[in-house]
Amino acid sequence: MAEKANTVEDLHLQNLTKSFGDFVAVDDLTLTIPAGSFFALLGASGCGKTTTLRMVAGLEDPTEGSIRIGDRDITRLRAFERPVNTVFQSYALFPHLDIFENVAFGLRRRGIKDVKPAVEQMLELVELGPMARRKPAQLSGGQQQRVAVARALINRPEVLLLDEPLGALDLKLRRQMQIELKRIQVDVGTTFVHVTHDQEEAMTMADTVAVMNAGRIEQLGHPADIYETPRTVFVANFLGQSNLIVGRRSGAAGDDTLVEAHGLTFAVPSQRCFAAGSDVIVGVRPEKITVLDAVDRDRVPESHNRVDGTVTDVSYTGVSTQYLVRSSWGQEFMVFEQNVIVGDRCDVGDPVVLHWAPSHTFGLDGAGS
Amino acid sequence: MRWLRRNLVGIVGIAVLVYLFVPIAVIMVLSFNKPSGKYNLTWNEFSLDAWTNLCGVPGVCSSFVTSIQIGVISTIVATVLGSMIAFALVRYRFRGRSTTNLLIFLPMATPEVVMGASLLALFLNLRFPLGEGTVIIAHIMFIISFVVVTVKARLQGMDPRLEEAARDLYANPRAVFRYVTFPLVLPGIVGAALLGFALSFDDFIISFFNAGTLVTFPIYIWGAAQRGIPVQVNALATIVFVVALLIVLTAQFVNQRRRRSLATSVVPADALPRS
Repeated sequence: MAEKANTVEDLHLQNLTKSFGDFVAVDDLTLTIPAGSFFALLGASGCGKTTTLRMVAGLEDPTEGSIRIGDRDITRLRAFERPVNTVFQSYALFPHLDIFENVAFGLRRRGIKDVKPAVEQMLELVELGPMARRKPAQLSGGQQQRVAVARALINRPEVLLLDEPLGALDLKLRRQMQIELKRIQVDVGTTFVHVTHDQEEAMTMADTVAVMNAGRIEQLGHPADIYETPRTVFVANFLGQSNLIVGRRSGAAGDDTLVEAHGLTFAVPSQRCFAAGSDVIVGVRPEKITVLDAVDRDRVPESHNRVDGTVTDVSYTGVSTQYLVRSSWGQEFMVFEQNVIVGDRCDVGDPVVLHWAPSHTFGLDGAGS
Repeated sequence: MRWLRRNLVGIVGIAVLVYLFVPIAVIMVLSFNKPSGKYNLTWNEFSLDAWTNLCGVPGVCSSFVTSIQIGVISTIVATVLGSMIAFALVRYRFRGRSTTNLLIFLPMATPEVVMGASLLALFLNLRFPLGEGTVIIAHIMFIISFVVVTVKARLQGMDPRLEEAARDLYANPRAVFRYVTFPLVLPGIVGAALLGFALSFDDFIISFFNAGTLVTFPIYIWGAAQRGIPVQVNALATIVFVVALLIVLTAQFVNQRRRRSLATSVVPADALPRS
């Protein structure tokens, strides 16, 4: 685009609530989405992420709360009055209009007479110039997706909403579109709010990810921070995989909190321990764990957390090997080992020691779980 | 035997088509006949009399025009009303909605004789003079049901996201209707109107009850059948058939040409250079 959206401002959601009868879809959500950022709302279906998006678009009225862009309250504005545009799930391209007219739709409705240069420029941006006179049905999924983006972006919205925009594409095309969407976002500098249930998509594309569950935000932050330091059991399981051990707080040693579980003691850095009471769930990501043959147990560093177990499953995936290891109390641990050394693998039935650094451990609140 | 098994579907298909089209062909052929007696039932001699003198028999052409008039008026009124009813039933939740949905179906399910007779009773009780007005009212009544059903199906099949997308793209409610809803529902409305016209033009029973002294084309043919149907009726029927056929063929031709002109410029969709 020739110029970037005039002044991009933050999007504020204040105590936003939406109930359908007794069901609370979005529960007292307060959130600031920084101007120009690529923000992902991540959650399973029914967690309220799409409802949140629809409220911002003006397609759903909030039961309570307000939506502001900068200082302007847009809560009561109707959809066609908001400086917000949406890329719909499955695109919702107008089947009776060609690509050019689809993209020109928003400009024409605002009474802009000479739409041609803007539309052509926008079709260039999404690399669909030669397709202008086709009907949507004649385009491939990836092309339709780009038309949907162009149709929304041409209006220079202050916020672009994307509702599962890549959900209908196959895996390869999805990867490609992820990169492309990211490129477009950097080009135009508009705030993108992206709703998805695909954690990998959220992590690769967004600057900030908000994990939603049951109408609330469980955790918000940079994708790497959320992955490395999940704060709730839901996040630990929803974003990647985690091994979780239920235990009790037993004391402290230096900067570490000690947690006792199944007769073992685990060290968790105190600033990574988010348990309020004495019930603590010790967590560690599968790729942080090292598998050692039981005979080599004296090679485990003194400070490391460790668990004895027996290998119950080995799957070789090329880049890595995935182990399932049953601990003495019957819990299955998942371990991903990089295949760096050739021929150094454990087999099913081998007694092994799992160990990992305390700094890779996180502690979650175990109360009520 | 194997040959038969392999071609059975084709043979049955052709037989069904023959069964469907032989009566129409007979009508058309006999329009070029010069009957020997009163009845135009057997081939006698080739003649263009009926075609060169279409209105030669008193009453044929006037009844034909009457039927077209009734068809056009009742179709227009029924299509407008029926489309509005369909929108209301699909888009709004109101008291009596499901009852209305059910009642709309009733005229289609009621035997025409019953409907014709009860309408006649109503008009007589109201001392409403029978004629073109009563026939039009009756036709509007049963066409509406078909229009509602057709337009409703079209509306229900429409992706609600399309209208949301339009709203999102700065279209106020009126613009949403004008640029998205209406163009998308239009094929359904046109289809409903064509069906409505055909039903009206074709209707005999209900018209017969409520026509008074008015003679529509079907009523004329029914009356003529007792005395011997004039060849002109065959000619007019042929014209109606050919016009209908031309409409269908034109629609198909236009569709196909549009598709082909789009197809000629097609580079495989994903083979385009991308930077």
